[in-house]
Amino acid sequence: MEVVVSLAIGVLVASGVWLVLRPRTFQVLIGLALLSYAVNLFIFSVGSLAIDKEPIVQAGQPADLLHYTDPIPQSLVLTAIVISFATTALYLVVLLALRGLTDSDHVDGEEERP
Amino acid sequence: MSLALLLLLPFVGSALAACLPTRARNLVPTVAGLVGLAIVVPVALLFPDVRNGGVVVERVTWLPSLGLDLVVRIDGFAWLFAMLVSGIGVLVVAYSRYYLSPSDPAARFYSLLLGFMGAMLGVVVSGNLIQLVVFWELTSLFSFLLIGYWYHRRDARRGARMAFTVTATGGLALLAGVLLLGSIVGSYDLERVLASGDAVRAHPLYPLVLGLVLLGALTKSAQFPFHFWLPHAMAAPTPVSAYLHSATMVKAGVFLLARLWPVLAGTDAWFWIVGGAGLATLLLGAYAAMFQNDIKALLAYSTISHLGLITLLLGLNSALGAVAAVFHMLNHATFKASLFMAVGIVDHETGTRDMRRLDGLVRSMPITATLAMVASAAMAGVPLLNGFLSKEMFFAETVFVAGDPWVEAGLPIAATLAGVFAVVYSLRFGHDVFFGAPPRDLPREPHEPVFWMRLPIELLVLACLLVGIFPEWSVGPVLSAAALPVVGGVLPGFSLAVWHGFTAPFAMSLVALSGGVVVYLVYADRFKQRPLGDVPLIRFLDGKRLFERALAAFTDLARKLRRAASTRHLQPQLLWLVIVAGAAALASALVVPLEWGDRPRVPVRAGFVLLWLVGGAAALGAAWQAKFHRLAALTMLGVVGLMVCLTFAWFSAPDLALTQIAVEVVTTVLFLLGLRWLPKRVELDDPRTRGRARWRRGRDVVIAILAGTGIAALAYAMLTRSAPQSIAPFFLERAVPEGGGTNVVNVMLVDFRAFDTLGEITVLAVVGMTVYALLRRFRPPRETLASPQQQRVLPPDAPSDLARPAGPAETTHAYLQVPAVLVRLLLPIAALVSLHLFLRGHNEPGGGFVAGLVMAIAFIAQYMVSGTQWVEDRTHLRPARWMAVGLALAIVTGLGSLAVGHPFMTTHVWHFSVPVLGDIHLPSATFFDLGVFAVVVGAVLLLLTSLGHQSLRARRAPAPDAAVEGPG
Repeated sequence: MEVVVSLAIGVLVASGVWLVLRPRTFQVLIGLALLSYAVNLFIFSVGSLAIDKEPIVQAGQPADLLHYTDPIPQSLVLTAIVISFATTALYLVVLLALRGLTDSDHVDGEEERP
Repeated sequence: MSLALLLLLPFVGSALAACLPTRARNLVPTVAGLVGLAIVVPVALLFPDVRNGGVVVERVTWLPSLGLDLVVRIDGFAWLFAMLVSGIGVLVVAYSRYYLSPSDPAARFYSLLLGFMGAMLGVVVSGNLIQLVVFWELTSLFSFLLIGYWYHRRDARRGARMAFTVTATGGLALLAGVLLLGSIVGSYDLERVLASGDAVRAHPLYPLVLGLVLLGALTKSAQFPFHFWLPHAMAAPTPVSAYLHSATMVKAGVFLLARLWPVLAGTDAWFWIVGGAGLATLLLGAYAAMFQNDIKALLAYSTISHLGLITLLLGLNSALGAVAAVFHMLNHATFKASLFMAVGIVDHETGTRDMRRLDGLVRSMPITATLAMVASAAMAGVPLLNGFLSKEMFFAETVFVAGDPWVEAGLPIAATLAGVFAVVYSLRFGHDVFFGAPPRDLPREPHEPVFWMRLPIELLVLACLLVGIFPEWSVGPVLSAAALPVVGGVLPGFSLAVWHGFTAPFAMSLVALSGGVVVYLVYADRFKQRPLGDVPLIRFLDGKRLFERALAAFTDLARKLRRAASTRHLQPQLLWLVIVAGAAALASALVVPLEWGDRPRVPVRAGFVLLWLVGGAAALGAAWQAKFHRLAALTMLGVVGLMVCLTFAWFSAPDLALTQIAVEVVTTVLFLLGLRWLPKRVELDDPRTRGRARWRRGRDVVIAILAGTGIAALAYAMLTRSAPQSIAPFFLERAVPEGGGTNVVNVMLVDFRAFDTLGEITVLAVVGMTVYALLRRFRPPRETLASPQQQRVLPPDAPSDLARPAGPAETTHAYLQVPAVLVRLLLPIAALVSLHLFLRGHNEPGGGFVAGLVMAIAFIAQYMVSGTQWVEDRTHLRPARWMAVGLALAIVTGLGSLAVGHPFMTTHVWHFSVPVLGDIHLPSATFFDLGVFAVVVGAVLLLLTSLGHQSLRARRAPAPDAAVEGPG
């Protein structure tokens, strides 16, 4: 499974990086969303991949990483998911405002000069 | 009284003065004067403690691990300066009351003056070098503000800027020097630094330390070649010049030289640099002072010259020289402060400072004239005045200096020459202004000032006389106490008599006096013919012009660098960001080699592989279609989000999976709302830039593949290595006993890391408000105002609420009727699910975030099927209020634990039993989570509805053309 998760992260990063380097604001927006998926997955996997070891305390189980997965990356990622929604929303609105002000959806606010 | 409180007092007074009414011309000076007295008296009472080499220390521990404490340390030398700073401060406050005109803002002046007093006190009583530098920079700052007090004047602004640039730059060098010094000694504590002189001088870094510290000291004390800022600082009100730029702040540099004299002095480098700078400044300042026709400029240059004299004395590497330097610091402060105040009176009463117009003032202001003449005689070094004594000691030192024959012969001659200059400029002030023909056409009719304006001068001149006539009695103990720490504990023998017999120094004094009188008599009239500020022979040394040229050159250079190294285009910026981040990640492989570990692998399952085959394809598809087909790209983005969500669920993270799926829904709705306002896609590249665009695409594909491969390798390396170190067991063990819940992730969010969560919901609320504010000024793009193509294909008479829905009858048509009913039925059910998720959150997957998202989705769904107007006609959702209530609830819950004596946001769990429900435990974190819930509902609703409202506003716009003119 480690290979699959790593490749998944890699593909998400590659698509995201390609998109944030593009000239259209919408492309950059999608790229940032993909990158934040990738980063969330990456941080999440810092706590290692464990199946059926939810960090929900069961009576009688010793409190160590053999019986539970690491809750720390999970709580970090939980915050990150909501924050990335907020920043995406902000970016979208800035994008729309830029579009309204400059009549262009190029990231520089004007089409590239020849 | 605690010394630290004493140090705090002027700052408190400064803040207080700033709050008083601006024009309270009597109240503010009274407060300032009382503050000054409240410092002078306790400091004066400390004298018995510091008299015989005693040191009073008070330490306020701050960061002991870094060796940073607030240390107030008063020895004899610091005591002398503390007395000067606070004593002259009180006099200046009294003087300023009558100097400032009623239109000058009094509160600002005294607030700054007190602030400066505090900063300067901080410099002199610091027992820690870092602390000293902090106060040092503060004095530069207050000096800047005070020079620029009359900021409507251009010369004041320029002078302030120049003074600040020079002294604050020196301060930075001093900071570097002090840091080095501290690392050599192993402590920033002044006591230990003073005791480590030999180690410092023998250290290979000594020259660097010396250079940096001297840069700080010489810039502050206006020593050659940094002297040029001081004359321009004279644009300040005269009390400020008297206080900062003659008596105290400019003394900070020589104070530091004397303070560190036991540590840094005694080497050849010290002798040549400090002595050389001092000698050059002494001669240059005195020479330039003779040619000034503005009396304030004359005093400024003479101050430079006297500071040079002190520096030279300190640079002679002789203990007796250091004693003389301390003595002259005291003497110069007294006579120069009184001289500046006298100039202020002349300026105030006649309206000019131009010596070419001032004459014979002794007739109209005899008392002031007498005081000024006595003080300038002290400046010239006339016997029976204090200046004579220290100048005599200075002459003696130059005679007895041992070294190079050139130095032995040259130094006394140079000293005598400087003495001649000093007599000339003192005469020019003391004689020329007050004697001669009566003045004509002065701006004002001169007369004596009020008594209280003259009193500070009288006191200072009295001190000059007392010290000059009865030195041993009046100043002997003080001088011994002050000089003892400077020379490092063993005071050399010196006598403070007025008459030492006919010695070489006395002969030099005689030569200087008589030579000066002769020069004055011959050239007095010619001096007065000269234009303002012009000094013969050394015109090329115009520091101001060099400074301004250098400033312009640096600005130009910075602009060029910025132009060369920066861009306004986003693409290259992001490109470099990616490249630098990637290179940094690659470089980290040099430290920790990138290799796979041997942790037992989780066996691969076909289902998971399939999951990510779809997910990967969707990601690539989104990347490909983001330009050509936005809706398709959005759909594929959603697919990727679902795959991420399933991955969380697969690997034991139910909370993440729940949150992810809910966020996925709101994100998609958000994007869909935004799509409406995006322009039609650009089908083809502009032929003129096609080549560049193609090249860029090729390059970016390579970079993207490299970045993806790199991250994948990094992730794989991380996943396969074993990482035994973790603080996770801490949280797992304490979640139930201390957090009162079994869902560790939720307990961490609302308890262990609640502060972080508080920050996060604040961000959410801020983003919500920002989006709302941005959209209030939204200007819809021209072409989107017309109805979209899909609506235009309808025949005009077809019944449709899609194309012509405006008006209250909007929903009378059969528009999504069945779904609307279903979605309305969904609302209470969604609320119930939300409640369920919220309540179970502490023990099972769920919590405030996901509950809030579910609730918000239920509301959004109403908007989507029934339309904005329909929903808002029937409900009063106030998203901003939800956010405010939520934030307040979260903060109040956190503060509640403070009220009962626990740290911020400690959780308390109440246990009680309810008849039907049985035993219930209620953690206080639940209320915090409720706050999170409310903020999430409010922020999401605000984000989505304010975007949704744009369609309504665009429809209200009368016509496309008119709407472009008038923004919403």
